[in-house]
Amino acid sequence: MNWSEYSRFVGDIFGALLAIETMVAFFLESVFIGIWIFGEGRVSKRVHLFSIWMAAIGSLSSSIWILLASGWMHNPVGYIINPVTGNAQLVDIFALLTNPKGWLLFQHAFSAGLATASIFMLGISSWYILRKKELEVFKPSFVAGAIVGVIGSFLLLMTGHTQGQEMRIYQPMKLASIEALWNTEQPASFSLLTIGDLTGKQEVWSIRVPYLTSFLACNNFDCEIQGVNQLQAEYEARYGPNDYVPLMVVTYWSFRIMAGLEVIMLFASAFALFVVLRNWSPKLIKWLKWMPYLIPLPFIAGVAGWVTTEMGRQPWIVQGLLTTAQAVSPNLTVTMVSTTLVSFTLLYGVLALVMFRLMYKFARQGTQAALTKSVDVEEPTNTGNIIIIGAQD
Amino acid sequence: MSYEFLQILWFILIAVLWIGFHFLEGFDFGVGMLLPFLGKKDEERRAIINSIGSVWDGNEVWLLTAGGATFAAFPEWYATMFSGFYLALFLLLVGLIIRGVSFEYRSKDAAPAWRNRFDWMIAIGSFMAALLLGAAFANLARGVPIDENMMFTGNLFTLLNPYGLLGGLTTVAIFLLHGANFLGLKLEGELRERVNVFAKKLWIGATVLYIVFGIYTYIAGFWARGFIDPGIAPIAAVAVLLAAGYFINQKMEGWAFIMVALNIVLTQVTFFSMTFPNVMLSTTNPAYSLTIYNASSSQYTLGVMSIIALIFVPIVLAYQGWTYYMFRQRISTDKKTLVY
Repeated sequence: MNWSEYSRFVGDIFGALLAIETMVAFFLESVFIGIWIFGEGRVSKRVHLFSIWMAAIGSLSSSIWILLASGWMHNPVGYIINPVTGNAQLVDIFALLTNPKGWLLFQHAFSAGLATASIFMLGISSWYILRKKELEVFKPSFVAGAIVGVIGSFLLLMTGHTQGQEMRIYQPMKLASIEALWNTEQPASFSLLTIGDLTGKQEVWSIRVPYLTSFLACNNFDCEIQGVNQLQAEYEARYGPNDYVPLMVVTYWSFRIMAGLEVIMLFASAFALFVVLRNWSPKLIKWLKWMPYLIPLPFIAGVAGWVTTEMGRQPWIVQGLLTTAQAVSPNLTVTMVSTTLVSFTLLYGVLALVMFRLMYKFARQGTQAALTKSVDVEEPTNTGNIIIIGAQD
Repeated sequence: MSYEFLQILWFILIAVLWIGFHFLEGFDFGVGMLLPFLGKKDEERRAIINSIGSVWDGNEVWLLTAGGATFAAFPEWYATMFSGFYLALFLLLVGLIIRGVSFEYRSKDAAPAWRNRFDWMIAIGSFMAALLLGAAFANLARGVPIDENMMFTGNLFTLLNPYGLLGGLTTVAIFLLHGANFLGLKLEGELRERVNVFAKKLWIGATVLYIVFGIYTYIAGFWARGFIDPGIAPIAAVAVLLAAGYFINQKMEGWAFIMVALNIVLTQVTFFSMTFPNVMLSTTNPAYSLTIYNASSSQYTLGVMSIIALIFVPIVLAYQGWTYYMFRQRISTDKKTLVY
């Protein structure tokens, strides 16, 4: 809606992937989740189980298609620029479907999904284990969360690491801005803390670990990492005058928030696994009281990760081909765009509060409440006076 | 396959997706709008919601697929329409969001005020969506200001012209009737009797609006501005709507439902054939109109997409049809059987 020129430019490619996603993934998810929710007791157990697997496969394939589309924005492949229209045109669907950047994004998002779900399960299960309630359900779910959590967080860090290495080749500016590396270095140091000036374009002060960025990006201690200033000059020569540096204060910090939280998630899952291996030792179990507080972390990490990768691509919307400024709908006014932006933010904010409230309530009510699916009117509960802001206004 | 063949094929496929969407989601919207008026007690409202509970989600994907297919096959159409109808589509999304969330949340708390609020959000969301979709389609039939760069030059109020508003209201009325007929098939007992009484009244309003809207379309000259004349499709659409009135009075719920469903299908057939090969008519200058030729994506993409659609659309139709068969029983107000 906001991006008509983007839509014209990428419709041949991005539109195709999106259409495939609706046909292949969305129908699978939406139809089978309906069967799963409404089919219990009406369809055979086998069909019921089949339906949740189909919904899961639908979600998984949905993420593949959308991340291949997103991957094309970071690393355009399989296209030509149509000489008449100036728009991107698909010439090789197989290049599009095997775009390494798309699959890297998928691997990273997939492991993030595993890690997020695991931290969620560990948080809720710990709450029950500490209170010794419904242990026959929550001990196995804790074990599952611990095992998948360790695997997921480990893969998450590894796939993130691979993306960093790939970034050096495809999007060096993003890497340089994440590392606050102003000038090309060989070997390149890793910034532990960098303070920039108010424009975010100049370094004021920093602590750096020598060699570390080179090692992280190329597995050896001596490769060259291009700096922001050199890349800016190179891009000006190639694409014409413009500011090609992302908003560094955002990319630098969002990356550090993401990576830091991922490390915490790995330690938390490893600790959970340790608790299981130590046979639920009471000494260790008492620490589980902190687990529920970790539940928001993977969500924050996910948002920070997306901010890093999307902001790191700026000023491009499609790397090297179309800038974000060129992509907007020319017919829109600032008032129109602010109206929708503010309204969607408020609407989703309210819905998030309602959802959080419901999840908080149901998470504490035990498995029986979850099985009955909805609350009966006759049963008096103490949650009667919930304030809901009228989202219909 | 020639380029032109593929362009026509994708125009037809997108038309089919919109037909499917109006047919399926039409009764979902109708059921949603009827909810607070038809259901007096909580379990009645729950039965009404449960009648579409297992299918509304899948039905709504027809809208997404129509949008996605438009993006892939006719990017220029997608770009001009989605940024041109900006605030209208924004309101449509708000309607769909509050409606979808309310289905999930309304029975998760026992407080009557909570439930009532979400029931009204379902009704208002359904109403907004039906009204705006109807208005959008009427404006596509009427034409909108588009300049030589395929740019929409109007605003929200351009779309709120009398013809657009009448199209929106007619869509709301037809969907209400369609929803009532669907509930006649899905509910039982007292609630079924009540909905059949509703259907009789709704039929009068819907038929009057539909005929007025048809006459308006004809007199204003929005008729057959493309290559083909819709022929008997609009006459047949009126005929099946009149037949629906007969069947509603005879309490033949199945036939009444089929007749209104046919009316919706024939209306869409009329719409898509009377503008073809235009996809967005320009009122500024007919030469600026978007057509299947100047709005389409490349032959290669259309070819690839055709193969994928040929494989997956039949599979989707098969499993979605299967769910309707699986959940074909009537819904009672017995709380043990209700989910939402």
